[in-house]
Parts: sequence; structure tokens; C-alpha cells
Amino acid sequence: MQKRPGTVARIASPVRALAHRFHLPLLVIATLGTIALGQLDLAVVERARLMVLDSAAPVLEAVSEPLYALEHATESFRELAELRQINESLKRENERLMVWHHRARRLEAENLRLRALLNLAPEPEARYVSARVIGDSGGAFARSLLVAAGSADGIVEGQAALSGEGLAGRVVDVSERAARVMLITDLNSQIPVSIGLTGERAIMAGDNSTEPRLLYLQPGHHVAVGDRVITSGHGGLLPPGLPVGVVSHVSEEAVRVRPYVEWRNLEFLRLVDYELPGLIGPLVEKQRPTGG
Amino acid sequence: MTDDLLERLNIAAKALIPALLSGLLIILSLVPLRSPEVSPITPALGLTAIYYWAVFRPDLLPTWLAFLLGLLQDLLTGAPLGVGVVMMVSMHSLVEIQRRIFVNPSFAMLWLVFAFFAAASLLLAWLLGSLLLGQLLEPRLLLLHYVLTVGVYPCLAWFFGKVQQFFL
Repeated sequence: MQKRPGTVARIASPVRALAHRFHLPLLVIATLGTIALGQLDLAVVERARLMVLDSAAPVLEAVSEPLYALEHATESFRELAELRQINESLKRENERLMVWHHRARRLEAENLRLRALLNLAPEPEARYVSARVIGDSGGAFARSLLVAAGSADGIVEGQAALSGEGLAGRVVDVSERAARVMLITDLNSQIPVSIGLTGERAIMAGDNSTEPRLLYLQPGHHVAVGDRVITSGHGGLLPPGLPVGVVSHVSEEAVRVRPYVEWRNLEFLRLVDYELPGLIGPLVEKQRPTGG
Repeated sequence: MTDDLLERLNIAAKALIPALLSGLLIILSLVPLRSPEVSPITPALGLTAIYYWAVFRPDLLPTWLAFLLGLLQDLLTGAPLGVGVVMMVSMHSLVEIQRRIFVNPSFAMLWLVFAFFAAASLLLAWLLGSLLLGQLLEPRLLLLHYVLTVGVYPCLAWFFGKVQQFFL
């Protein structure tokens, strides 16, 4: 391709020469400026993130849909081969679950009666929104997912995101049609949890590894490998009692949790809109400008 | 007159291809691919694009565009601002500095150089990310990220080559 000098080129060339001369310092300043801008936590940056998210969402949605279809197709082919085996194991599982079902029904009834006896305040209602996962930040630098539901669908910052198995993360950015879910394994994720039957309390903090750590356990705690970890509901952002994972490792340095979530088949997330009861709701709302 | 205008529009549109393609790849690197082995990590597709165009058409993908593309990646992935910028800008600058390597390069040579440059820019980004987050990021994830990035280079380079052949 032959380049033709035109009017634009004639005007642009001195500008270009100037830019060329201060090329390196300009670049360094711009990069440092960007880093500083990111550290300042400005609203502008937040707005820019949401704008980019909103414009990328349609592309991601369009691409992820056929990918999911393809995956389903290969999956069903594989399952076809093992149909008999799957059926057998499902039957066994069903039997086991039926026992649990009856037990749960009995406990529920008993719970209701006891609640009535105690005159306990009713639990706040939770509303669920299901959203398709359309993006995975998937780098070594952040652990977050993008879902195809946003403020238009009633998604609000701070909502819990659940997979079929348990808690996956929390909504941190919401644009009109997409939202970013920070996973519980992210470096910045901190979730109040309670552990085991004794309900020992701790903060579960991610460190970008697959198994988050438990922080601020009481000295002399009785946490053991295999204990169930659930959300404690402290702080009022997440509902209490959401399944999180099991304790997988206990040592002097760290106690770690293996999340229930199967990271590799996350296709849908359920976002929980947890409405705080009228009494403490307004108190917490005040501290939470994005809430409600 | 109109022909001239059309011609110019055509040239302008074609000149946008490398930048648009790089942007699209940055968005596509977010598509959730849940094959168990690859699971949480995706290759840095944007980095490969920056390298290719910085080598073959630096006039269509100057450093400031690499800067903007890095910014786009940061905004999109939710990483601390600057990590992607440093990744892309350092890659572009490395190519600029070592431009004489790329006189009549063979494919294997390009791949090898990419492996070196990608190691440098990913390491730089990793260091910055660790610094900004106040904690060393898992080095194994970085290594996986790196291996995948170098691994997909031939496919992408072939694709870019075709695009270049047809449009540019």
C-alpha cells in the first residue's frame, strides 16, 4: 500500500514529531497515572468499568451461547454411553434423599411449632434471580465472573451468588444488563461464616487459590477437617445459612475451606436478593448507599 | 469525488482492523471455557494480538493504542488498573526496541521471540499486580497463563496472517 501525503499528514507530522520526541516519558507518565487512578478508587473508574461491561456483554452473550450448546451436546453424547450406570447411581441417591426429605419435613414442622412457641421474628424473605454466566476474568490477577443480568433485572451490589452446590461469590459491580460477581476465592473476598455444629465464627478470605482461608478464629477453636462451613449472616449482606464448603485443612498456619461450588460447570448462578427485616433494615441501609 | 471518498473510507476502515481485532480478542478471552484442565485460566489473547501487529503493522497499532487496549483489559477483567496497561505497553515497547530482530523473520523465530517477550511482560504485570494487591499472586496460575498464551500463539498468528493477507 502506497502512502500518499495529504493535508492531514502535513498538519499531523509536526504533532507526530513532538509526540515521538517525548514518547517514552509520556508513556511512563500515562502508565503511572493509570495505576494511581486505579488506586484512588474514583467514581469515574467505576463508571468506566460499568460502561465497558455493558458494551462487552452482548458480544460475550452471543459467543457463550453456542459454546454452551456445544458443551451440552458433547456432554449428552458422553452420558449416553454411561446411561445405565448413571441411572443406577441416581436411583441409589434418590433413595437416600427420600430419607432426608422425610426427615427435613419432620424437622420443618417441628421448627415451625417451636418458632410459634417462642414467638420468633420471621426470617426475611429471599428472592432469587437466575443469570447465565457469560464471562470469566480467568486471569492470574482477579477471580470474578460476569453474568447476564443487571440492575434492570433487580440485581444490586452485595447480593450473594449461588451455584447449585453452594455460595460462589458476591455481586460487586452492576451495570444495566450485566454484573460482576467476585468469587469467594478472590484476594479481596471476605465473607463472615460459621463453622460446624458449634457455629464457631470466622471470616473466610480468598487468596486466589482454590481453597480460601479462615481468619480470626477464636484461639483454642475446635474446627476440624470435614466441618461444614455456612454463611453466618453477620453484616447483613448475605443471608445466614448458605452452604459454603467444608474445612479441608487445619494446621498452625492456616485453616482452609474447600468450597462446594464446582467451578468448572458454572453455567448459571442464582443471585439472592435478601431483604432485611424492617427493624434493622433501615439501620444497615444507611451505611450502604447502594442498597435497596 | 465520491469514489475518492469511498476509497479513503475503505482505507480508514481497514486501518482499524488490527485495533478492533485486538479489542475483540481481549473481550473473547473472558468467554468461560470450562474444560477441566484449562479451568480457571485463559490465555492472554490480547497480548498475542499486540505482539503480532506491533511486529507487522506498527503503523496501525502504535503504542498509545496498546495502552488503550491494556486499559480495556483492566476495566473488563476487574484487575487493578495498570496491570493490563503495563502488560501491553511493555510488550509493544519490547518489540519496538528489538525491531532489528524482525527483519525477515521465520515463523519459529517469531514464536520463540514471543515466548521470551510474553514471559517478560507477564512477569512485569504479575509483579505490579502483586504490589497493588499487597500480596504475592499465585505463581502457578501465572505459569499456566503463560504456557497457554505461548501455546495458542501459532493458531492466532496463522489467523492474523490470513487477515493481513486478505485485508491489509
